[in-house]
Amino acid sequence: MYLSANLNTYLVVALFLLILGLYGMIQHRTFIGMLISTELILNGAGLNFMAFNRFLAPNPAVGQIFTLFIMGIAAAEAAIAVSVILAVYRRYRTSDPDEVHDLHG
Amino acid sequence: MILYQYIAEALFFAFILLVFFGGLLAVRSSILMHAVLGLAVSLLGVAGLYFYLGSPFLAMMQILIYVGAVCIMIVFGIMVGYTPNQVRVEGITGKNTFLALLSSILVFILLLVALSRTFWVPSASRMGDFTLSYLGESLLYQYCLAFELISVVLLTAIVGAIVLARGKKGEHF
Repeated sequence: MYLSANLNTYLVVALFLLILGLYGMIQHRTFIGMLISTELILNGAGLNFMAFNRFLAPNPAVGQIFTLFIMGIAAAEAAIAVSVILAVYRRYRTSDPDEVHDLHG
Repeated sequence: MILYQYIAEALFFAFILLVFFGGLLAVRSSILMHAVLGLAVSLLGVAGLYFYLGSPFLAMMQILIYVGAVCIMIVFGIMVGYTPNQVRVEGITGKNTFLALLSSILVFILLLVALSRTFWVPSASRMGDFTLSYLGESLLYQYCLAFELISVVLLTAIVGAIVLARGKKGEHF
């Protein structure tokens, strides 16, 4: 039984990507670090779609198209996130997410 | 024949190691540039896994879009927005490390248990194939609306990013 012909291998790799992204997201040091974690999580989702597409799905085009759409959404999200980070940096002069607040509640 | 399969398995293992250690570098590095480098390495590993999943086209798209566009954009974000003394982020063992470790390990165990108890059933019949022409056909016939919508989303994102990042006149970082 080869590792590359086993569905569970890909699922475990995708799970590792998910928990790495979760770890980086909670540990948040900077906005850019959180953006990087988001990209990791999105890639785990795409890998999951491709694995299920390869082994289980009735139509092998659906998973590939879905992964392509995830890539497009991730690119749009990264562009928006970088420009929002720039705007926040210009307004607050900090890169620490904990210091960006106007309301003290 | 057998030798080729062993080489393929070794390459597969190497791609998985790329994903693991690139992801670790992306999350744990205290220098943001190194974190982006780790992200790029991890995404390259995922592109290699796409080869093994029977879709070289997706692997190329992954390299083109993620490694070529998204990572470069994040590098631009770092270089434009952060002054050099802020590029190194202090306090990697901050207040949230314990919480982050706890929650991620809990999620890992939960999903691993769920994974080990699940029995996947393949679909009874498969239609279509993995070829690029079939993919393009279904992208232009069956999923035409989604294809157009995502181009609209990308256009909106570009215009929105320009408007957000431009700022007021005469204002500099």
